[in-house]
Amino acid sequence: MKMDDVILLSHGDGGLLTHNLIEEYFLPHLGNDLLLNLDDSTSITVRSDNVLVTIDSYVVDPIFFPGGDIGKLSIYGTVNDLSVSGAKPLYIAASFILEEGLKLSILKQIVASMAEACNEAKVKIVAGDTKVVGRNQVDKIFITTTGVGTLLEGVNLGKHLIRPHDRVIVSGPLGNHGLCILLQRGNFSFKTNIKSDCAPLNKVIEPLLKTFNGVKYMRDLTRGGLATCLKEIASSSRSIDILLDEESIPVDEEVRGICETLGLDPLYLANEGKFVIFAEKDESKSLVKFMREDLGLGMASIVGEVREGSGNVFMKTTIGGTRRLNMLSGNPLPRIC
Amino acid sequence: MLEGSEKKLLGSVLSLARKVCDRIGRKVKLMEVCGTHTMVIAKSGLKTVFADSLELISGPGCPVCVTDQKDIDKMILYSRLQNITICTFGDMIKVPGSFSSLEIERAYGAKVEIFYSPNEALMYAMAYPQREAVFVGIGFETTIPLVAYCILEAKKRGVKNFSVLSLHKILPPALRVLLDDPDLSIDGLILPGHVSTITGRKAFDFIGRDYGIPSCISGFEPQDIIEAIGIILLQILKNRPEVEIGYRRVVKENGNLTAQEIIRQVFEPCDAKWRGFGEIPGSGLLIKKEFSGFDALKKFSLPEVNSESQKSEKSGCICGDIIKGKKTPLDCQLFSSVCNPSRPFGPCMVSQEGACAAYYHYGV
Repeated sequence: MKMDDVILLSHGDGGLLTHNLIEEYFLPHLGNDLLLNLDDSTSITVRSDNVLVTIDSYVVDPIFFPGGDIGKLSIYGTVNDLSVSGAKPLYIAASFILEEGLKLSILKQIVASMAEACNEAKVKIVAGDTKVVGRNQVDKIFITTTGVGTLLEGVNLGKHLIRPHDRVIVSGPLGNHGLCILLQRGNFSFKTNIKSDCAPLNKVIEPLLKTFNGVKYMRDLTRGGLATCLKEIASSSRSIDILLDEESIPVDEEVRGICETLGLDPLYLANEGKFVIFAEKDESKSLVKFMREDLGLGMASIVGEVREGSGNVFMKTTIGGTRRLNMLSGNPLPRIC
Repeated sequence: MLEGSEKKLLGSVLSLARKVCDRIGRKVKLMEVCGTHTMVIAKSGLKTVFADSLELISGPGCPVCVTDQKDIDKMILYSRLQNITICTFGDMIKVPGSFSSLEIERAYGAKVEIFYSPNEALMYAMAYPQREAVFVGIGFETTIPLVAYCILEAKKRGVKNFSVLSLHKILPPALRVLLDDPDLSIDGLILPGHVSTITGRKAFDFIGRDYGIPSCISGFEPQDIIEAIGIILLQILKNRPEVEIGYRRVVKENGNLTAQEIIRQVFEPCDAKWRGFGEIPGSGLLIKKEFSGFDALKKFSLPEVNSESQKSEKSGCICGDIIKGKKTPLDCQLFSSVCNPSRPFGPCMVSQEGACAAYYHYGV
């Protein structure tokens, strides 16, 4: 290995090596008319009364996993936060914290993956920053991205709009990302085909919002999974309950099987390309049909409905019983007996 | 959706339950003594299905929950020793001892690794020969043969840095103590499928013979448990208490003889303390002398566990009574508000298989 194949502390000193790092590793992939100015800030023009901003940090371990990597995730995650809020994602600012000793080839791969993700999601990186810290002061690479978008025309979303009889729709099978990461990280000796579901949601949400007026509210189902998200929504309103039907919640067979073995519940596992919709009852069936047939979300399903209540989430089980769902509390732990 | 035959089974067990209810003039009280059953019952909403006819309570079926406070403290003290990696099932990480937990020790620098099988811990020991891997041996008959196998394997391969803190428990002696308790009033026992796979049906014969309590060994699908409930109800109706197998595809009369032999090779019975029960003769397993090189208790000496241990069990946590089926989590004043899975007071709230965690997560 050559001595200069890795990130050195000097790559973060703001001098020649920093300059070279940006020129050689970032700009060839991420460069665009706005970023190439390389000024201290970038001027962007946004024509809208409703500009949405979001920020997220990405510290996933491992940085490469089946179905994606930290670079891709750092774009899609932020794009998705804007998308489920009804916005068209436009611009991203990205900040990198790199660990001394990180291989430059790995950095290159991550940056290239971010560029690909930006193309896919049709967003531009317009500002960036890199810092280097000493070995063991950060784990390889942390990325923070800020996203800017504009509210799609005519769109009005909010949990205050949710009413009894509204239907709850999920866009596809749950738990793949969370389980994929868990399997990569844990000390497991078995092989699986489980991949992260990380994907940009604006590609499907934009056409959906343009076609249907009955969408009241959306959330992307990241940390805490569907159960935690619904419990948050129900308890913030206090005047509704959400009733789920276990049978209709889509989960891939392999995910279900491994979850059973490890004592995990897919309803509490993170997703990176799935969202939940609260929609008017009358529109919900045609909405799911549209998602399945026109948007390629073959397993989109109505999974429950809103009732008058007091902030609870219930689930009708396969055998006809009822159980209550709470927020995720503590890590999902495996059973031992 | 339930298939036709499953629906029919549920329907007939439901009407059977009502019949027995009418006969005895109150709800039928059944106890399950397996943590996995606790979870399946909670998750499937089985209690709500049988709400008007059955009372389903949990017994000492969660190995984490029955582990004595002092043993938890011991495990935590081991994590503080120089150069030791504590290798454990994930459930143990948050279990509070009287002064700390593995989670807290890890934050202060202890090395704690989570494994799903003892064999992975042995592999870890072989991969890091400079560290001392101490596997926390928690579990009933189901996990014990695997641990025994690993000790044999470690000896065969000449692994010097692998040892086991044996906190294993065997179930039948605890069931005897439970059934001896005059305060316990149950109409039947749902017996654990996995444990019985190793011990065999006969190991539980005393339940019907000596105590006149109906019982059935059950599998782990909701339908398995419904079927087992049906079998127990029939025994009550016919007044013919015995140990039946509802999990025929796996459980045999004499169990798994190879697994039993491997346990005998490595372990010998000893008295063991159970949370809620105190000392139960012959309910624990000690690593035999010839394997003392793999016995963490022999290999590393610990500072005496101080009297703080007793103190914390008096903090209002009623795990002990819950394990014995005398109280339910809802009887505990700490439940949910003060004690929850994010900040557990007792092991029943930590382990996925604990009654408190099941009540908390699934609101049963």
